[in-house]
Amino acid sequence: MNLGDHLPLLAIILPLLAAPVCVLIGRAGAAWLIALTSSVLSLAAAAALLQGVVQERTVSYQLGGWAPPWGIELRVDLLGAYVLLIVCAMAAMVMAYARRSVIREVEAALIPAFYAALLLVFAGLAGITVTGDAFNLFVFLEISSLASYALISMGRDRRAVSAAFQYLVMGSIGATFILIGIGFLYLMTGTLNMQDLAQRLPAVSDTRTVRAGFAFLTVGIGLKLALFPLHLWLPNAYAYAPSVVSALLAATATKVAVYALLRFIIDVFGADFSLGDMPLNLLLILLGSLGILVASLVAVYQDNVKRMLAYSSVAQVGYMVLGIGLASAAGVSAAILHLFNHALMKGALFLALGAVAYQMGRVRLKDFAGLGRSMPWTMAAIVVSGLSLIGVPGTAGFISKWYLVLAILEQDLWPLAMLVLVGSILALLYMGRLVEAAYFQHPEKNTVVPREAPLSLLLPLWVLATANLYFGLFTDLNVGIAQQASSQLLEGRP
Amino acid sequence: MSNVSDLFNYWVVVFLMMAGFYVVIAQGNLIKKLIGLSLFQASVFIFYISLGFVEGGIAPILEEGVSNYANPLPHVLILTAIVVSVATTAVGLALAVRIHEAYGSIEEDDIQTLDLEADDPDEAPSDKPEDSPR
Repeated sequence: MNLGDHLPLLAIILPLLAAPVCVLIGRAGAAWLIALTSSVLSLAAAAALLQGVVQERTVSYQLGGWAPPWGIELRVDLLGAYVLLIVCAMAAMVMAYARRSVIREVEAALIPAFYAALLLVFAGLAGITVTGDAFNLFVFLEISSLASYALISMGRDRRAVSAAFQYLVMGSIGATFILIGIGFLYLMTGTLNMQDLAQRLPAVSDTRTVRAGFAFLTVGIGLKLALFPLHLWLPNAYAYAPSVVSALLAATATKVAVYALLRFIIDVFGADFSLGDMPLNLLLILLGSLGILVASLVAVYQDNVKRMLAYSSVAQVGYMVLGIGLASAAGVSAAILHLFNHALMKGALFLALGAVAYQMGRVRLKDFAGLGRSMPWTMAAIVVSGLSLIGVPGTAGFISKWYLVLAILEQDLWPLAMLVLVGSILALLYMGRLVEAAYFQHPEKNTVVPREAPLSLLLPLWVLATANLYFGLFTDLNVGIAQQASSQLLEGRP
Repeated sequence: MSNVSDLFNYWVVVFLMMAGFYVVIAQGNLIKKLIGLSLFQASVFIFYISLGFVEGGIAPILEEGVSNYANPLPHVLILTAIVVSVATTAVGLALAVRIHEAYGSIEEDDIQTLDLEADDPDEAPSDKPEDSPR
């Protein structure tokens, strides 16, 4: 028995086991330590796994020793390992950040349960990226969703509870749609293993059942993805959740849904079927473009900064979906790249907002007046990751938008390239409002001037902000993996 | 297209599914929404369970020489999905209780009106103790 053989399982079982331990111990400090330790260990497992997958290709792990397609298979290819790494990295950063922020934002008696739910969200999301079984994916999705409903409702504002309820209704409809879709596929093929499905589907793909299953799955994942116009649950949920929860969900939840979309439409159904026979490519391009435009425009008019960034997330999902809709290797790799980079920038931005909320108690635009002087490090991190969100050269955001525009021009779709540009200008507008308030406005009189956030909040924040710069300057590693993952996905498995 | 009566199980499923879905969308009462959601999910369970059923067939697990197979796997899957659905309903009901404590109502329209009033930018609801539901 070699520990290295169990890496796919370790990455998900550690947080899953740590969650009940947090509740049993029942003390805030100890629960935080357990949550942090298990997510750092998961990150180590994910990093080792990615290294192994890059060298030796796909890893297959048989749960309980039952051979697929009878047993549940954990299957980690390059895309899975890459998304798993970003999920684990973001979870570890958020956990490192969480201690002081959570003490201030969550009622003391609930803190152990809060960490347990945070770990369950993480375990569910990580599980989606490693599983090779369609039904197992549904179960992991529900684990993470149920825990995130509970987490969102722990926000201090009472609107958090109604936002959580709204998310619960829409999320459950989405999950049930996915369940119906999987049922249709099982009806036609008699298998739930994704590899097996991919082999058996082409023979029956010309039936109405498979097409209906495809439609149900796409709509269900679209709800989880916050694909415009199915995004209605997202802005309120992110805006009123505790800062730590917003950061974790914004950085990982929609990304994992993008992964699930890629996995189903390209791996299971095959790109020829879903992006060729079915008009999904046009639909994705259309909805992605609309999402970029509408959500960015709405973001410009928001006064609550968390809500503004939530709308910006909907717009950024539009870029990823647009890349997938191009149905080319370049487009898909741009989408994967943007998935990674967007996690970095939104993670950093939401953590920075958490630091502001820690000192100010709220994050309306006018609360930012004068913060450039009173909280210089936090605001500098917002500027760096904001530049990355806009896509300024030298930051991670530029790289993924650059590859997206290249992929668009490859097919001579000039209007779409202009649209990406317009989206960046709108991002400049809404981030500009924030920066303008922070650096050029004076705080209202008789408000208390806040001090800089404590080091334990600044450190994880700056790790992420620096990562935005690092991946903007040294692109070989990141772009290489994204392109390899996309060609592995499109050309069938090795 | 085979005989409609042969496919009656699907008709039942579709009827329940649409009824549940309609209730979720059309009702403003949060508890009724949850009832609709449960109905919607239950219809999918019935769909799965009827998939695996063959008249007179049994699962070839404990007995030898079974020639008329019924597939036990969908039933096992649905056990998991039922657990998920129960958990969803429980979380939903708990949230409904919290909403009732915080807003004094479980009608969606009332909650929206109260939220719109609170959206006044000069008001900061998070600072007022009565807004905290706990």
